[in-house]
Amino acid sequence: MRLRPAFRGCEIVFVSTLDQGNATGGARFHRVPDANRFEKLTLVKLFVAMVRILLVERPDVVVSTGAAPGYIALRLGSLLGARTVWIDSIANVDELSMSGRMATKVADLCLTQWPHLARPEGPHFAGSVV
Amino acid sequence: MIFVTVGVQLPFDRLIRAMDDWAGRHGRDDVVAQVGESAYVPHTIDVRPRLAADEFRAYVERAELVVAHAGMGSILTALELGKPIIVMPRRAALGEHRNDHQLATSRRMASHAAITVAQDGDDLVRMLDASDIPVVPQRIASHADDGLINELTSFIAQPPAQPRFVGRFLRRPRLGFSFGEQ
Repeated sequence: MRLRPAFRGCEIVFVSTLDQGNATGGARFHRVPDANRFEKLTLVKLFVAMVRILLVERPDVVVSTGAAPGYIALRLGSLLGARTVWIDSIANVDELSMSGRMATKVADLCLTQWPHLARPEGPHFAGSVV
Repeated sequence: MIFVTVGVQLPFDRLIRAMDDWAGRHGRDDVVAQVGESAYVPHTIDVRPRLAADEFRAYVERAELVVAHAGMGSILTALELGKPIIVMPRRAALGEHRNDHQLATSRRMASHAAITVAQDGDDLVRMLDASDIPVVPQRIASHADDGLINELTSFIAQPPAQPRFVGRFLRRPRLGFSFGEQ
C-alpha cells in the first residue's frame, strides 16, 4: 500500500493472503492461501490459485515483496510475458529472504530495502517503504 | 485502549500470555488482541483471531499504545498512525517463526523514537508497569521513499517486454499487479 503512488495511472490488481477489507480502495482483489516451503499441500493449492488469477488478469507487470506466494506469482507472471519486480521485504535486515535469493535470479528488477544488502549484480537499493 | 497484535500467520502465545497476565493484575478491560491461530484461552484480554486490513487499522487508530511481535506490517501501521509501539521479537528456537529475522528487525528499528523493543515477556511487563512509553511526535509519510517510488514508476513506464511463451497468444491491455501487505 505504501508503494501506491508508483502505480498511479495503472490498472491495479491486488493479491494477498490476508483479507484486505476496503483497504484496496476499489481495486480488484484476489485472496490466495498462505503457504511456505514446509507446507507442500498448501503450496499446491496456492500454485493453482495463482495460475488461475494470472491467466484471468494477464498482468504486464508483477510486483511482489514476498514470500512464497510472491515468488510463485513472479515466476508464473514472467512465464506469461509480464515484467517482474521483486522488492525484498524490509523485514529481511541481515540477509535476503530465501524467496528473495531465488527471485534475484528471475526478476527483471530486484530491490532490497537495506543499503548494506545491495550488490552490483543485484539486488539494488533505491529506498525503503519507511 | 491497548491493541496487541501478533499478525495472523503464526501464533505467539508467549506475548499474548504476558499481556493477559498483566491486564489481569491491573484490572485492564481495555486490551484487545489479534492473536491468529492461537490455542491459548485468555482470561482478561479481548481476542480476535484475524482482522481485515481496514479493521486492523481502525484498532491501531483507536489505541493509545500498540504491543506487537516485531512484524513490519504492525510496525509500519503504528508509525503511519503516529502510535507508540512496543515490539517483542519471535524466536526461531522456541518455534515461533522459521528464522530469527524478527530479532534483526527489532535491532534495526530500535533507534526509531516511537519503537521500544522488549526482549521477552518479563521485559514487556516491566515496560508496561513503568509506563515507559515514548511520546510520538508525528506520523510518518503514508508512502515509501521517493527513490523507491521513482524507481518503480520508471520501470513500469518502460515498454513491455517481448511476450514469451504462452504470453505471445494471450496479450491483454496494460495492468499493474501488486502483491503483499506493505
